This record gives sequence, C-alpha cells and structure tokens, in this order.
Amino acid sequence: MSKKLLWVAVAALGAVALGIVALERGEPVNAMWLVIAALCIYAIAYRFYGLFIANRVLGADGTRQTPAYRHNDGLDYVPTNQYVLFGHHFAAIAGAGPLVGPVLAAQMGYLPGTLWLLAGVVFAGAVQDMTVLFLSTRRDGRSLGDMIRSEMGPVAGTVAGIGVLLICVIILAVLALVVVNALKASPWGTFTVACTIPIALIMGVYGRLVRPGRVGEMSLIGAVLLLAALLYGRTISETPSLAHYFTLSGPALALLIIGYGFVASVLPVWLLLAPRDYLSTFLKVGTVALLAVGVLIVHPQLQMPAITRFIDGSGPVWAGNVFPFLFITIACGAVSGWHSLISSGTTPKMIESEKQIAFIGYGGMLTESFVGIMAMIGASIIHPGVYFAMNSGAALIGTTAAHAADVVTSWGFTVTPDMLSQAAHDVGETSILSRTGGAPTLAVGMATIFSSFLGGKALMGIWYHFAILFEALFILTTVDAGTRVCRFMIQDLIGNAVPAFRETRAWGNNVIGSALSCVLWGYLLYAGVRDPYGGIWTMWPLFGATNQMLAAIALTLCTVVLFKMKRERWAWVTVVPTVWLVICTVTAGLEKIFSPNPKVGFLSHAAKFSQGLATQQVLAPAKSLQEMSRVIFSDYLDAALAAIAVAIVIVTVVYGIVRVLQARATPRNTAIEIGDAAVGHG
Amino acid sequence: MDSFAQLWRRAVQTARLMVGIPDYDTYVAHRRAHHPQEPVMSYAEFFRERQKARYGGEGGRIGRCC
Repeated sequence: MSKKLLWVAVAALGAVALGIVALERGEPVNAMWLVIAALCIYAIAYRFYGLFIANRVLGADGTRQTPAYRHNDGLDYVPTNQYVLFGHHFAAIAGAGPLVGPVLAAQMGYLPGTLWLLAGVVFAGAVQDMTVLFLSTRRDGRSLGDMIRSEMGPVAGTVAGIGVLLICVIILAVLALVVVNALKASPWGTFTVACTIPIALIMGVYGRLVRPGRVGEMSLIGAVLLLAALLYGRTISETPSLAHYFTLSGPALALLIIGYGFVASVLPVWLLLAPRDYLSTFLKVGTVALLAVGVLIVHPQLQMPAITRFIDGSGPVWAGNVFPFLFITIACGAVSGWHSLISSGTTPKMIESEKQIAFIGYGGMLTESFVGIMAMIGASIIHPGVYFAMNSGAALIGTTAAHAADVVTSWGFTVTPDMLSQAAHDVGETSILSRTGGAPTLAVGMATIFSSFLGGKALMGIWYHFAILFEALFILTTVDAGTRVCRFMIQDLIGNAVPAFRETRAWGNNVIGSALSCVLWGYLLYAGVRDPYGGIWTMWPLFGATNQMLAAIALTLCTVVLFKMKRERWAWVTVVPTVWLVICTVTAGLEKIFSPNPKVGFLSHAAKFSQGLATQQVLAPAKSLQEMSRVIFSDYLDAALAAIAVAIVIVTVVYGIVRVLQARATPRNTAIEIGDAAVGHG
Repeated sequence: MDSFAQLWRRAVQTARLMVGIPDYDTYVAHRRAHHPQEPVMSYAEFFRERQKARYGGEGGRIGRCC
C-alpha cells in the first residue's frame, strides 16, 4: 500500500513539474523543473513499462542460463555484477550525439525537444536497446547483422550491413565537423586538443613498456598532463607569436583530422588509440557526472523561450519543420540505432541473468536520455541572442558582431554587439559567431554552470576550453576507432570479391583499407567544412536520418522475432516505434531529396544553383561560379546518400513484413535461439 | 570497512570494464577452476590480449557510440 502511495506521489510530482515546464509563459522557468519532470517520468517508465516489457512481452527468464555462464572464459564471456556492467554499457552508448542533438533542437525552444527526448526514450529508444540486448543474450551475444541474417534472411542481412557502413561514414564526417567548427580560429582549443596526441603516446608507452596494464596510473598521468595543457593553452592564445601556429582555418583543421584518423588507424592500438580511449572515457563519464551535480547545485533559469518562432521550420540552425526534422535532429538522446550495435556487442556476453536486461538495457538508455536533457538545459540557460549568433552560419549573420547582433535582433532575440563580444571575451575567444555544431554552445552553457559553483567568472575561459576538450577528445576517439571499424567493414565487403583483402593483419591491406575509409568520410567532412552554410545545416539532418534508419531496422528485427516467438499479442510494443521511425525517416529522406523548397530539398537547391550557373549569376552564399559547382555536386551527393538510406529502410521493412506473415502462417515458435531454446519444438 | 573495500573494488572493476579490461582475478579464478592444467596469462599478457580484442581486427567490433 505504501509503495502504491509512493508511485502516486512520483506521478503527481512529475505531472506538476511537467505542467510548469510546458505551460509557463513569459516567466523564466527554473531548470530544476525540467530535471524533476524527467526523473519522475524515467522512474515511472522504468517501473511500469520497462519491467512490463521485460517480464511480459519478452518473457525474460531468470532461470535460463546466459552466454556469460555457458561460454565463461574469463575474457569475453564473464558473468558480471549488474552495476559494473551498467557502467560498461553506459560508457559504450554515451557519445557526442545526445550532447549535440538537443543543442541544435533548442532553436525551436526547449519544449519540443524535451518532450521528444522523454517520449522517444520511453517508447522507442529504451525499448530498442533492451529488446536487442535480450535477443542477443538469447543468441550467444551475436551481432545485429548476424541476427538479421539468421532471422530475416541473407539479403536483409547484407542490406543492413551496407546501411551500417553508410551510417558509420556519415557519423565520422559529421562528428569530425563538430570538432573542426569548435577549433577553427581557436588557438587555445586547438593547442589543448593537439596536446592529447603526445599525451596519449606517453601514456601508451608507459602502459606497454614501463608499467604494463596499469590503467589507473596511465590515466592519472594523462589527466595531469591534460590539465597542464589546458592551463598553458591560455598563455598560447595570449601570446601572438605562439597563437599564430595554432590559429587554423576550417579546411586546414579538416585535413589534419583526416590525416590523424589515417595514422591512428594504421598505428598499433596500444600506442595511440587505446590510451586516448582511456582518457576520453574517464573524462566523459566524469564530466557528465559533474554536469549533473552542477545542474542540481546551480539550478539555473532557462533563458530560451519554451517555443520560439522557428517552430514554423524557418530556423537558421537547421532547415525543416517539427515533423519530421525535430525528431531527426534530436537523434541519440531519444533513440539511437547505433545502440543496437552496442547492445548486441559485448554487453550480452557479460550479463548474469535475463532479469537484469531491463536495468541495463532500458535503464542505460534512460540515463543517456538524461544526458540529452542536461544538454538541452546547457543550451537553454545561455542568452537566446548568443545562442543564435553561435549557431547560425556566416551566410546568414555575417562575420562582424555588429551585423550579427542586428540580424539576430531582427529575428526577435534582442542582443547587442557588446554582449556578443563580451560573451567571446568571457570564454577567452576572439569571436563566438557561427560556431555551429552544438559543441561550442554546450561548452558555453557548461562553463556558465561550472564557473558559478567552481571558481567564478574568472575561470569561465578555463571551463569553456575544458568542455571543448572533453567533447573534442571523445569525438576524436570515436573518429580513431570508427575509422578502424570502417576499415574492417570495407575489407570485409571488398573481401567478397578479392578474398586476400580480408586479411586484416597484412600491412598493405591495412594501409589501403584505412586510406579508403578516410577518403570516404574525409570527403564528406571537407565538403561540409567548405559549405558556406556551415556544414552542420546540411549534414546533421543526414546523420540523424541514417541513425534513426538504423533504429528502424533494429526494431523491425525485434518485431519479426516477437512474431516468430508467437508473442504477437505484445508485438505493438515494437511495432509502434518501428512504424513511427519508418514514417519519420522515409518522410525526412524524401523531403531532403525532393522538397521544392531549396532550403530543405537537395535537388531543388541544386536546380536553383544550376540555373544560376547557366546564367553566370553567383548566388549567395557561394562567392564564385566555381564554388557554385561545388555546392551543386554536394547537393547531388547528399541526395544520393539520402536515397540509399530510404531504399535500405524500405527493403528491410518489406523483408520484415514478409517474415512476419510467414511467422503468422506457422503454428509454432520459429525463433532461432541458442541454449534452452525453442528451436524445432512445437 | 569491508563494505567500503568491496565498494572500492567494484568501482575499480567498473572503471576498467568501461575501457574493455575485465577483472583479472575473475579470469585467474576461472582458469584455476576450469582449466587447472593449462597455463594462465600474467596480468601484462592478459592486458595486451584484451586491448587487442577491443580494437582488434577480427570482425571489427564496434565498442562505442556516436
């Protein structure tokens, strides 16, 4: 009885908090209400929906042996305490996506994005993560691609495999673009991030040769050196003769990052990749925890309105309406297809009992969504005028504070040139205009929160660059590791035709594979950097769409298996998010290709520019006819990528429907499980 | 005191597993119990083996999200 009362109280508190967040107009809302609303919703969702899915829908069986016991080898398969495993799983799924997506979504105000972060995670994201984890646990920890192949057929498996490669390339390009935009013309940031390379090398040598395997000691050394680099970065930026070397343009930074990705992919992992991973993982988890503490202590006011005028789809940060583009933009914080790869990776090989799947799968994703909520808070506590000046491309707001302030004020967010200069000065930068990509905006928000309880305004610059470092470090670690993964996928794909190319240890294959992988994402990155709209404007929706597309594929697999298990009574649990994601991604993909509005549609944009080219007329934001041809080529390339993504979703869904119909026509359980499975029973 | 030591051990285990290094003692205990005749890797070997498996090559495992 007292338990029931407790849940009634949680529900009431959540409703009140959500009411304040959603209905308050005019008065600034305190960020704490957002936090309380989110936490209450997560608690209720976990208790009443997450556990319901685990116990009823999936029929998680605590007595059934998990792969961790069946194949226990002390290495890959190890029964692991659920809290320890939760940490592992969370560290693997938490990345830049949930931090950047909500920041970009804030252009419509904090409310639309927040609502989707909450609804999306409860009904789609967490359901996907948990169900895939469950399926993989019942199949000896097999990967998503393997499961699609065995449950849906080889064609669906291959199509999904191409989809994964596509999303991998786009993710690498977009994330690298976020880093470039954060570091261009920022000597302090560039110096600090550049220092992480020699620091990683020192750590690598220490952990390999001096004190083998001392992860804690290595990381401590790395952290101290990193702090020193961060502090010295200020001196660099204030000494013109030194700052000169670290003040780089976007294209120069892009080339450096592409070259770095190649080197990191070719070098032995212990030297560069692994130590950076240690540093970035601990920094990531630590900073996210610190941010949560900071939001609780400081409980700042939200300055961004609940809903802005850009709800009509005319916003400067990214183009498109609430539906489908808001959902595409939020991406990872609400539902992320990438997680289906993690949930079918190492976690299912270590889970002790099927009864823990809800806590790790559903709970892990709820935590990720909370990171998204904090990013939304970070973007919403800074002045809206500053937010729009930072997130609009130079083509829209120009390159001087005076002009930018005029334009942003004309949008209804009153801001003065002095405020923009002061904001840049506070964080130790010369300009904050058009720092698109979300990371710098979030860094300003985080610096505001951190400096108000640790160090005051004097430390604002250090906190800003700390936040930039934190984001750049783990994005670059993703770029390292992603380039390698991409390389293996390419080797595997080409290996179908030339079997010798599959040998991953051969030096020549290594170099060729790495180079191919870098060229693929590097080209997109370079095109994005030179895009006069600021790159993110064009590429983030493409990234979001492919990510959600992968989620749609994973949820289709979940649906097919539920039907095969004869649990179709409960299949709506995965059918509803699948249908929603398919509608969302296909609509977004088709709009990106065919929309007659040149702001949204790639083809109509290309047509507009071709027309200009034919009449020798230079259209803004391009500055020459040559630039115009480049814009046209990018448009066609992006349209092709979007078309491939849409085709992949449609093919997978068609296969899914065929398999569901087959399963319905068969009177017995046809799911291919391993262990005490139902194979051949019935 | 015991519970504090236990908590610390769990925290270290969690931090290590986050970067792909499972618990070495568990590995040793497993080898002793199930393969008593076979050799057991030293911690340094174990560490290298795990590091290679995480970023390795075989199969191209994806260990991290966007």
